[in-house]
Amino acid sequence: MLDADFFRRWMAVTAASVDREAEQLTELDSAIGDADHGSNLQRGFRAVAAALEKEEPATPGAVLTLAGRQLISTVGGASGPLYGTLLRRTGKALGEAAEVSVAQLAAALGSGVEGVKQLGGAVVGDKTMIDALEPAVAALEGGFAAARAAAEQGAEATTPLQARKGRASYLGERSIGHQDPGATSSALLIAALEAAASPAEGRA
Amino acid sequence: MRMLINVPETVVADALRGMAAAYPDLTVDVENRVIVRRDAPVAGQVALVSGGGSGHEPLHGGFVGHGMLSAACPGEVFTSPVPDQMARAAAAVDSGAGVLFVVKNYTGDVLNFDMAAELAEDEGIQVAKVLVNDDVAVTDSLYTAGRRGTGATLFVEKIAGAAAAEGEPLERVEAIGRRVNENSRSFGVALSACTTPAKGTPTFDLPDGELELGVGIHGEPGRERRPMMTSGEIADFAVNAILEDMPPHNPVLLLVNGMGATPLLELYGFHAEVQRVLAERGVAVARTLVGNYVTSLDMAGASVTLCQIDEELLRLWDAPVRTPALRWGM
Repeated sequence: MLDADFFRRWMAVTAASVDREAEQLTELDSAIGDADHGSNLQRGFRAVAAALEKEEPATPGAVLTLAGRQLISTVGGASGPLYGTLLRRTGKALGEAAEVSVAQLAAALGSGVEGVKQLGGAVVGDKTMIDALEPAVAALEGGFAAARAAAEQGAEATTPLQARKGRASYLGERSIGHQDPGATSSALLIAALEAAASPAEGRA
Repeated sequence: MRMLINVPETVVADALRGMAAAYPDLTVDVENRVIVRRDAPVAGQVALVSGGGSGHEPLHGGFVGHGMLSAACPGEVFTSPVPDQMARAAAAVDSGAGVLFVVKNYTGDVLNFDMAAELAEDEGIQVAKVLVNDDVAVTDSLYTAGRRGTGATLFVEKIAGAAAAEGEPLERVEAIGRRVNENSRSFGVALSACTTPAKGTPTFDLPDGELELGVGIHGEPGRERRPMMTSGEIADFAVNAILEDMPPHNPVLLLVNGMGATPLLELYGFHAEVQRVLAERGVAVARTLVGNYVTSLDMAGASVTLCQIDEELLRLWDAPVRTPALRWGM
C-alpha cells in the first residue's frame, strides 16, 4: 500500500528529475515551442517541494491536491493548468484514504488524465503529454517499472508525429522529427514513481 | 549573447521595479506581479485587465492607465501569467461595473484566464472576455489552436479602454472589443531569432541571409523561409497576406510594429513601403502608429496590423489616453 510519505517522495523525486533535466526540456521546447518548458516546470516543482515541507498534508489525496494547486499558481503557460489539473484531479479521486493501492492510484491517475484531455482537447497521437500519460496509466497495474517503460516509449514515439495542439502545432509539418517536451516531462513524472518506491533513492 | 540583466531568474521582477520607479501613475506589486493604475477602481467604469508572457514590452504593462488598461499581469518570459495574478488584478480594479479580460489566443493564456475568471466570479466579480486572434500567418484548421493574437491587442485595449472610460456597460465594452478584433489582421516577419534570458541562445535557427515570413511574437515559425527580401518586397508580401484575408472596405488604423531589435530608421522606411502598397490597393489609412509596441525580446523584424474602422471606432481611437507607452489628448 502507498501512504502519504510515498506521495511526498514521488513529488520530491519528480522535482529532482525536473531540476536535472530542465535544460534538456528547454532544449526540446526550443525546437518546436518557445524554449521555456524546463524553467517553468522547475519553478513549479520547486514550489511543490517547498509547500509539501511546510504544510505536511496527511493523506495521499491531500499531497497531490496541494501539489496541483501549487503548479497552477506558479507555472503559468499551458503546462501550469494542465499539470495542475492532472495532480489535483488525481488527488481528488484518491479521496481521504490514508493508504491507497497501486490499482487505486491507476484509477485515480486515469481520471487525472481525463481532466487533462478535457482541458487541453488532446488525444493520443497529437504529440502532447497525453502520449506518455495514457499508456503509462494502462500499464500501471503491471507495476511502476512497466509504467515507466510505457511512458518513456510513449514520449519517444512522439518524435515522428506532427503536433496538433499547443504552440508546436503552428509548425505543422516542421514539428516532425522532434520529441515532444510535454510528453518528455510526463515520462519523468511517471518514472519518479519507481524511484519513490525504492526508499533509498526516494529520499534524494 | 550579452544581456543587460542581473540573473535570468529576476528579469521580470527587476523590470517591474524599474517600471514602478518610472511611472508614478501606476501601482506595481512586484511580488504578486500585478500592475494597476493608481486611481483604480474608477467608480462607474468597467475595468480592463490583460496580461501575457513577458518579453513583449511595452505590451501589456505599458498600456495601463487612463483610457486603456486598468491592470496588467506579466508572466515569466513568453509564459502566460497564473490565474492568481488575474484574480488579484480583477479584485483590485473592479468598481462593481465588471471586468473585461483581454486575452491573446495562446493555449496557455486562454487556460489561465479561464481559471482566473472562475476565481473572480467566485468573488462576485462580473467578468467578460475578448479573445484576440488577428495573425493571418497561421491559418485556422482542425488541428491548430487557431490564429495567434498579436498587434491587434493594442487596438482592442485602446478602443475598448476608451469605451470603458466613457462609462459604457460591460456588454458594450466587450462587444466593441470583439468588433475591433474581428476587423483586425496582422502579419509579421523575422530577420533574426530572439533569445530568452533563461536559455541564453536563439530560440530558433534562422540562417544569415534568410527571413521567416509570418513569424509569431515568440519566434514561432510562420508560413515559410525565403532568402532575404527588400523592405518593399516584404511590405508587398505582408500587406497582400492581410488583404487576401480581409478585403478592404473601410478606412483602416495602421500599426507598423517593430519586433524589438529593428532600428526605427528601418521601421520608418518599411512604413513608407507599407503606405505605398496600401495606396496601390486603394486602402485609405485613417490613423498610423509606428514603433515598438508588441515586441518579441531582441528579435529583428516587423509586423503590420490593419483594423478596419467605422466612425465610432475612430472616435474611440482618438479619445484621450494616458499610459507609459501610448499617450495623447491629455
